[in-house]
Amino acid sequence: MQQRTPIEEQIDLPFVESLRISFQSLKIRFGRSIITTAGITLGIAFLVSVWTNNEIGVALQESGRQSTINTFEETTEQGISTKDIWLIVMSLIVCVVGIANSMLMAVTERFREIGTMKCLGALDGFVVRLFLLESGFQGFSGALIGALIGTLGAVLLGLKDYGLDLFFYFPLLPAQPENGPMQLGVIIVILLGCILGMILAVIGSSFPAWRAAKLPPAEAMRTEV
Amino acid sequence: MADIVVKTEDVVKEYRMGSNILRALDGINIEIERGEYISLMGPSGSGKSTLFNMIGALDRPTEGQVYIDGQNMSQLSQRQIAAFRCHRVGYIFQSYNLLHVRSAHGNVTLPMIFAGISERDRNERAEKLLDMVGLGDRMYHLPDELSGGQRQRVAIARALANDPSIILADEPTANLDTITGREIIDLIKRLNNEQGVTVISATHDLKMLDVSDRIVDIRDGLVERIRKRDEIDIEVGEVGGEGE
Ligand SMILES: Nc1ncnc2c1ncn2[C@@H]1O[C@H](COP(=O)(O)OP(=O)(O)OP(=O)(O)O)[C@@H](O)[C@H]1O
Ligand SMILES: [Mg+2]
Repeated sequence: MQQRTPIEEQIDLPFVESLRISFQSLKIRFGRSIITTAGITLGIAFLVSVWTNNEIGVALQESGRQSTINTFEETTEQGISTKDIWLIVMSLIVCVVGIANSMLMAVTERFREIGTMKCLGALDGFVVRLFLLESGFQGFSGALIGALIGTLGAVLLGLKDYGLDLFFYFPLLPAQPENGPMQLGVIIVILLGCILGMILAVIGSSFPAWRAAKLPPAEAMRTEV
Repeated sequence: MADIVVKTEDVVKEYRMGSNILRALDGINIEIERGEYISLMGPSGSGKSTLFNMIGALDRPTEGQVYIDGQNMSQLSQRQIAAFRCHRVGYIFQSYNLLHVRSAHGNVTLPMIFAGISERDRNERAEKLLDMVGLGDRMYHLPDELSGGQRQRVAIARALANDPSIILADEPTANLDTITGREIIDLIKRLNNEQGVTVISATHDLKMLDVSDRIVDIRDGLVERIRKRDEIDIEVGEVGGEGE
């Protein structure tokens, strides 16, 4: 058998090319991208609103103000109720599951595309990088919008409960009251919400993308959604 | 000595489904010469696509070896396999498998992006290839905006992007009407004649018979027989008469 030129090693794509391909992909499937991003927005909005609401409640209690509406909830000595902890934990779970689910769906319907790109010479690492970039961008923008919506919701609720006093005692920055628990402040909550949303989106997307990229292309292309 | 471009040695492929093992390929031995036009024929489920996947390095055989250009495919690294798919083979599928987020032009440039070709060169080549397959006026349309025949033409242009030595086509005409199918076959045959690409095509399409140099009949994961062009010329008349 005749020996031809040996098969070379596939090169890595320049980062700019990956960036261009991922943005083009987001742009063309804009409608679908929006739905996935909305999943992230919702999760983070829910989490941030519950959390900020709690921060506001604690801050106004610290200030000695009482809610104009009587609530029957039992508050602990530190001012944070078990119900609030329960709410925050629940919203965190809803947020994690919601985002993971929406990213997983978005990747699963693209298995065929992943297989096809591998037929054309894509390295596994390129496929993962593509999904990392796309989901990082979606995660960040979705979470930021979600955090802002959540904060707005909590502020409106706070206005209803405390009236304009809310703005005098608004817990914008971290604070350490003498006899209370450490307060993160709304800015930190927003920031944490954005980071969490982005991390969840990136993991939720890159992990299934990595699994799909490792499949032989024949198998990836067989999957019908 | 003949220049063998593809050689399979006792290729076996088993699919495991629960406790069942399905032997889709049961020891395939074939040799294909450079520049040949080969049709793989056989009933549905006989293993044509499975063999297609083995030759194209889209899946790994359970046993046996595949040699392309004298290279044992099982000894290649990940990066070499990616480069092999990128440079040596052009794939054409029954369902086109175009990336629907990229225009016709964008689909044709993608393999060249992976190959590291400069933007200017790849745009130029994509335009040339799309012109050649008759889509000069549809370059920037998305696949969803094209007909089946036009999509398959884009797939052919894309398959040729990095000047492969082998075109692998899995039932390229199965989703097309007779006339469009005929045009696609003629196009592939033209590439085979003019550029000397080796064509390996799985097919049910009898129109493929008269352009093939050899026909490999596959049945139950085995090569049943191999017919040469001159042996089939007579049969085509008969088959063509009753077939359509
Ligand atoms: N990924 C898979 N998992 C399990 N079984 C498979 C898989 N791929 C193929 N098979 C089985 O292997 C056998 C050969 O399938 P293959 O797709 O190669 O047939 P084919 O000749 O291409 O048929 P067709 O003409 O219908 O395309 C079939 O029995 C099929 O069910
Ligand atoms: Mg098949």
